[in-house]
Amino acid sequence: MIAINNLHKSFGDLEVLKGIDLNVEKGQAVVVIGPSGSGKTTFLRCLNILETPTAGTVAIDGHMADFSKSLPKKQIMEFRKQSAMVFQHYNLFPHMTALENVMEGPVTVQKIDRAEARAKAEELLTKVGLKEKMNEYPFQLSGGQQQRVGIARALALEPKVMLFDEPTSALDPELVGEVLQVMKELALEGMTMVVVTHEMRFAKGVADEVLFMDAGRIIERGTPQQIFDHPKEERTKQFLNLIQNADTI
Amino acid sequence: MYLNSIFTNPERLERLLDIAQSSFLPLLEGAIQYTIPLTLISFTIGLILATLTALARISTVKFFQIIARIYVSIIRGTPLLVQLSILFYGLPTVGITLEPFTAAILGFSLNVGAYASEVIRAAILSIPKGQWEAANTIGMSYSQALKRIILPQASRVSIPPLSNTFISLVKDTSLASFILVTEMFRRAQEIAAFNYEFLLLYSQAGLLYWIFCFLLSLVQGRLENRFDRYVSKA
Repeated sequence: MIAINNLHKSFGDLEVLKGIDLNVEKGQAVVVIGPSGSGKTTFLRCLNILETPTAGTVAIDGHMADFSKSLPKKQIMEFRKQSAMVFQHYNLFPHMTALENVMEGPVTVQKIDRAEARAKAEELLTKVGLKEKMNEYPFQLSGGQQQRVGIARALALEPKVMLFDEPTSALDPELVGEVLQVMKELALEGMTMVVVTHEMRFAKGVADEVLFMDAGRIIERGTPQQIFDHPKEERTKQFLNLIQNADTI
Repeated sequence: MYLNSIFTNPERLERLLDIAQSSFLPLLEGAIQYTIPLTLISFTIGLILATLTALARISTVKFFQIIARIYVSIIRGTPLLVQLSILFYGLPTVGITLEPFTAAILGFSLNVGAYASEVIRAAILSIPKGQWEAANTIGMSYSQALKRIILPQASRVSIPPLSNTFISLVKDTSLASFILVTEMFRRAQEIAAFNYEFLLLYSQAGLLYWIFCFLLSLVQGRLENRFDRYVSKA
């Protein structure tokens, strides 16, 4: 479903991604972990071309983008349609209700009939448990509810891949569970997902594969058991230790 | 003394009241015929011009940026009265003759365009980058993102400063009197030139301007309420 080849990204002189290779099968949930500054968010943003990679190729469901040359706008937009992004800070449209947020992509971009888009949006909001909140504006919703609208908005475009950029990092602890629950259901339904997160329990429980990134490279990859219980690389061990220590303070 | 004479001389008071009454309709006519249309038309054209200029300023194309900068710099850096004079009295010498009303519309529109472009530019830049990204990620083109996501939010931010521009424009239209547009202030001048009651006529015109501006600030308040419906009151 996703084939990434030698992906590089630099901001000026700063090389943030130093050659990423990755294949993700259809229906797989891949979780990316790593210290801050390791490039994991940049990596995810490259898959939706919110950052334009400096070199390398990405193919999603056969749609290929070669970043060694500059891409025409049309191709970027076509490529973006393959995936949808869920943001750390939700980035809902504040001037639209929850329902309008979810309908916006189908109506404005895909030119789907309003009534049809509305029915689909209602269905999606019900699915993420927000049937009662459809006509509220984002400011009237809690962080967890906003993020669930964000997930529904992404799903409305029927993407082949869902990208999650630290979707629970901005949430109060008691609201994390409701968002993770929705993501877990998606994974169980067979959605192909790439998730950048600090939620280790989610990674253990839901991921098919865990990647540990540091300094712009994938240092180690494997099943959750391999990475969490039997990490091979020294840096992976250090990182996991730090996280466990923080939990026991 | 003017005030004194009103109180000591009842005939004088009567004369003033008469003039005030008989000049009210001509003044209002000047407002309806010229002041209000000048304001509305110039503001509309100016707003379109301002939006285009703001977009040019934030575009990545150097050429557009430079054109927009030069335009704003010239208009903001020269007096409105000078601009109107060039348009109406200057251009005929190179063979371009404009009607007073046309010259006024042109001058005021260019003026609003320059000043409001800075307001709109600031409003667009005040919208968080995440909004552009969210629009992009659901597949929107630049113009779709602008129209559906960015400008609706930017317009909320720009209502107070744009109201300033609008209210200034109402009063600036009095400068059109200088290029022979018989708007409200010119009517006052004409009537006063005839009966020498300058204080009365100019005060009367001033009062009418003030009433217009007061009504506009009420409209501003309502607009702000409407746009604030999606913003936390906390």
